Amino acid sequence: MNVRRLDRLTDVAIDVFMFTFRAVIILVVVLGTALTLLSGKYTPADWLQLIGKGITVGSIYAMIALGYTMVYGILRMINFAHGEIFMGGAFAGYFTAMALLQSGALTASVISGLFAIAIMILVAMAVSVGLALAVERTAYRPLRNAPTLVPLISAIGASLFLQYTARGFFGSGVYGYPQVPFLVQPAPIPLLNMRWVDVLVVVASFSMMGGLYLFIMRSKVGTAIRAVSEDKGTAALMGIDANRAIVLTFGIGAALAGAAGVLWGLSYTQVSFAMGFVPGIKAFTAAVLGGIGNVPGAMVGGLFLGLIEVVGPNLFLTGFGVPSPTQLKDVVAFTMLVLVLVFRPSGILGERGARSRA
Amino acid sequence: MKFARAGAALAAVALIAGACGGSTATPAATAAATAAATTAATAAATAAALTDPLGVVQVPAGEPIHIAFWGVLSGADSSLGEDSKQGVQLALDDMGGKFMGHDIRLTTEDALCTPDGGATAAQKLAADSTIVGLIGSSCSDETVGGIAAITAAGLTTISPSNTRPALTDPNRDASYAGYLRTAHSDAFQGKAAAEFTYNFLHLTKAATIHDGSTYAQALQQVFADDFTKLGGTIVAHEAVTKETTDMSAVLTTIAAAKPEMIYFPVFVAAAGFLSSQIPNIPGLENVKTMGADGHFTPDYLKAAGAASIGHYLSSPNFGAFGSGYADLLKKREAKFGGKPLSVFHAHAYDATNILFAALTKVAVKNADGSLSIPKGALRDAIYATKDFKGITGTLSCSKSGDCGAPVIGVYQITKQNFDTLTMPDKVIWP
Repeated sequence: MNVRRLDRLTDVAIDVFMFTFRAVIILVVVLGTALTLLSGKYTPADWLQLIGKGITVGSIYAMIALGYTMVYGILRMINFAHGEIFMGGAFAGYFTAMALLQSGALTASVISGLFAIAIMILVAMAVSVGLALAVERTAYRPLRNAPTLVPLISAIGASLFLQYTARGFFGSGVYGYPQVPFLVQPAPIPLLNMRWVDVLVVVASFSMMGGLYLFIMRSKVGTAIRAVSEDKGTAALMGIDANRAIVLTFGIGAALAGAAGVLWGLSYTQVSFAMGFVPGIKAFTAAVLGGIGNVPGAMVGGLFLGLIEVVGPNLFLTGFGVPSPTQLKDVVAFTMLVLVLVFRPSGILGERGARSRA
Repeated sequence: MKFARAGAALAAVALIAGACGGSTATPAATAAATAAATTAATAAATAAALTDPLGVVQVPAGEPIHIAFWGVLSGADSSLGEDSKQGVQLALDDMGGKFMGHDIRLTTEDALCTPDGGATAAQKLAADSTIVGLIGSSCSDETVGGIAAITAAGLTTISPSNTRPALTDPNRDASYAGYLRTAHSDAFQGKAAAEFTYNFLHLTKAATIHDGSTYAQALQQVFADDFTKLGGTIVAHEAVTKETTDMSAVLTTIAAAKPEMIYFPVFVAAAGFLSSQIPNIPGLENVKTMGADGHFTPDYLKAAGAASIGHYLSSPNFGAFGSGYADLLKKREAKFGGKPLSVFHAHAYDATNILFAALTKVAVKNADGSLSIPKGALRDAIYATKDFKGITGTLSCSKSGDCGAPVIGVYQITKQNFDTLTMPDKVIWP
């Protein structure tokens, strides 16, 4: 009887704690935003600039996040090597870019430049897909029927293997993407202070994600992928080749990550063997934020995380007089993650397949 | 059930608190070691007779004498550690790879440029009872994390590239007894940068950015203090994290304060992202930028792209180095190829030679061909280094571990530097 009372007491304590926690975060956010806006430290143009940047960062996160979310949707497994697939694409794009720079195609004119970038993206996609399929074949497929933790460890191993193989090949230094003159010009978009490279990143990622969504929802192969992700066994009984659907999922995720690698290189210049780690973690966060396993969720989660990271610290913390708030961008971003999960445990758009497992 | 879980959580908290409280133990300093040093010089002494308060390392006949390098050897900042490691290897080559008839074995340990990485590397090396002395670390953070373990093991390390002032503060903690450096303290570097900005460029409004590392944090603070003393104003005091790639938020904040100069003494990756993104921020198109030795490497040119042109950098003044420097560069190129990766290879070369000069003084050769090395006497001998003719200058070690000759110069990246991916070699100031 005593035990039961204690149980009830702890329940109440937890409820009270959770309520205060939510209340405090929301209060901080609202009050901070109000104080910051009232202080007038930043002009509306500054905010628009930050929002534009947040969308750019967010769309790259979203592209990587799709790879995590799709693989999770179909295998219920976190593919930790995905950040390294992104790194592989960035390097492939870099070497292609150097070749294209030498031939002059990259800088000759806008048309040839765009054409050259398209080639870079295609090469990067091909390399990333190759890498991902090799990882799937060697590190994941043999463990498909093993307990869930086993492929997870294997994924971490694959991630380290790829990272340090790249270090062996390319050294521990950084490589700089060549500067494409027309890309660094400001784009004539009213209000948002964006350069053409930001526009390219946003347009390319949105069109690729849109294409992917249509592919998954409308095409026959997409339907097969969704079927396998819902129930592998039943899908197989319906004559769907589960292995093919899984390989395809890895391939699509990797292609997007490879393209994201090139876009990243074009907008941030430097690439290195360790570059995949942080964006990988961020994209995984974005996938969880949007609802892991949910394709539109990854897109929404990526954009949300990018915006919060860039705009959040200045918006929420400047008002309180916190010194150098941008240093706390990860604190802000992950607090938002916790907040979202507290209110919606399965992410913004909800976890796919949550019902079938319940 | 829930109660049990709460109990477990409490226990975990208690454990963590206990672990934090328990880490203050430090061994007594080397005062008593001096007595042992005087007896150590007698060549006839047997291994059993030699004692030292910090212990004696025995190197059996035919076995190599074991030293270690610890520093950043992976990640975006690895050029700093690789560069120093090459300096150590060149010094060993110049000794023919031999010391008193024993081969020299060099172990390297990656310390990741973080306090945790430094602690892990130092603990690993401290546990190896064959090691006699160390060169390292690369980043000041690594030393902050690792020095206690090294001092506690009776070992001594000489850093070729730590520049954080506090590491050799006269009032430093006793756990730093095993720490010396041949690098300059940033008390000099930050002051030089401030004087250059105020007196030479005639700029009065500056903003600073650090990356949360002890190195950058301390250096920008010295700069800010000296710049204010000279009559300038620090209009913004900002910080990023080492992993930040998108700098637009911090730069927008800085643009609102309208500085004429942005000073960011950070490491390569962050410096590259900052330099390449500064021109895109409205209001910062014409701002001057300055960095420090932490990104004085061709990797920075690659990372920043064409935006690196015009960037100012403070670093050791190579023009003031001894005549042996040209020779060292030649040997370096013959062995490793290309240009130096960073600025501290000569400091590492000097540090290694100081270590072995001290070893020569204290090592005792026994009748059976083995070597006995008293660790306390070795530490004292390193501290006693005086008028050592090194490449970076004539070096004498202070009681608080400063052995470096602080000659700082300011360099500017030109278009030619960027096109050929080489660092400038002529100072523009002083």
